Amino acid sequence: MSANIARATGEHVMIVAIAVVIAIAIGVPLGVWAARRARAGGAALRLVDAIQTIPSLALFGFLIPIPFIGGIGMRTAIVALILYSLLPVVRNTVTGIRGVEPSVREAGVAMGFTPRQLLLEVELPLAMPSIVAGIRIATVTAIGVATIAAAIGGGGLGTLIFRGVAMVDTRLILAGALPAAALALIADAAMTVIERRLIR
Amino acid sequence: MPASIEFRGLSVDGILHDLDLRIGAGEAVAFIGRSGAGKTTSLRLINGLAVPSRGTLLIDGAAPRDFIPLRRRTGYIIQGSGLFPHRTVYENVATLPRLLRWDEPRIREEAERLLGRVGLPFQTFATRYPRSLSGGEQQRVGIARAIIARPEILLCDEPFGALDPIVRRELQEAFTAIREERNATIVFVTHDLAEAMRVAERVIVFDQGRIVADTAARELPRHDAPAVRALVAAASLPS
Repeated sequence: MSANIARATGEHVMIVAIAVVIAIAIGVPLGVWAARRARAGGAALRLVDAIQTIPSLALFGFLIPIPFIGGIGMRTAIVALILYSLLPVVRNTVTGIRGVEPSVREAGVAMGFTPRQLLLEVELPLAMPSIVAGIRIATVTAIGVATIAAAIGGGGLGTLIFRGVAMVDTRLILAGALPAAALALIADAAMTVIERRLIR
Repeated sequence: MPASIEFRGLSVDGILHDLDLRIGAGEAVAFIGRSGAGKTTSLRLINGLAVPSRGTLLIDGAAPRDFIPLRRRTGYIIQGSGLFPHRTVYENVATLPRLLRWDEPRIREEAERLLGRVGLPFQTFATRYPRSLSGGEQQRVGIARAIIARPEILLCDEPFGALDPIVRRELQEAFTAIREERNATIVFVTHDLAEAMRVAERVIVFDQGRIVADTAARELPRHDAPAVRALVAAASLPS
């Protein structure tokens, strides 16, 4: 039993970690882009917003028939988790970058920063606490939503929960639910520490 | 080497109307006028932060094609200092020299000297963050940051506007002292007449997007243009 829990926890961490890393890789550049273009940026935000409103079980279901990314298994689960994790990352990147004081940005421009230097040396560092807060929300949400991934054969702690529900076995449900809750708490605490360090 | 600045028929729609102006290399000029008169926009035309709808800007006789190199040779001091909040005092002052790839010992030596000149001992202030400084101290850092790379042009946009009168006076003195050592063309925007006369030798008066007076600073109180007389009257103490 404990070996099962350990294996499921390992899978769970892996699915979430892959999904969140990819969501950051897509979401931060998308957020930077959206922060600079009022209209196109608004449309991008509405799209990631809309994805967030799809019930998670339905999203997993929708993805199954899509070629290449769909099907039964871990890959589909990861794709769904990426889609869910995008919103907080993109939104907080936009908020962070738009929140940079105009006088600070102007000082950088007036000093002869190129747009790229301005982004890397001024805008992103100042937006970082907000971006990390977005990553924290994305991670905690993904840990929860990933339990549902078991419904489409995604593995992870949800496997134990679904089995427990089918067998009406509370111990089995708890064997999945407690580690998932603990993971979420640990991730939240760790990211909060990083966030605090960034706000000097 | 200070640079000359020339406006030829510069306009910005709805703000500035057909400005002609020549500022010689090494001159110190104050732009004064009421809020909305166009002095800040005129200043921002010089480093490309504002874009003219018509006319030509000449720096040292040539129209700048790329503003990025020009901005690196132009110091810019603004109200509220615009310091980078995530960087220490030293890192703020070192920003432009690092962009220009000075070596670190040279940056440190120059920063130490300049911070001393503006009244912020290096040992005490170098590692502090802007939010731990008073408004006056932040503005001193802003001055050091703007002049460390020996700019050809120094643009100041009401840099002391938000400070109390005593700190303001101290900073004007620090500014004029440094001005004499740094050989730059200076344009200083203010709506304080006394400040304009203290920091500049020539004063240009703006009203409704036009230049209404261009005079030696000491002649200003006797100038007869209505916009100038209104400013002089507003600045005088009650008898």
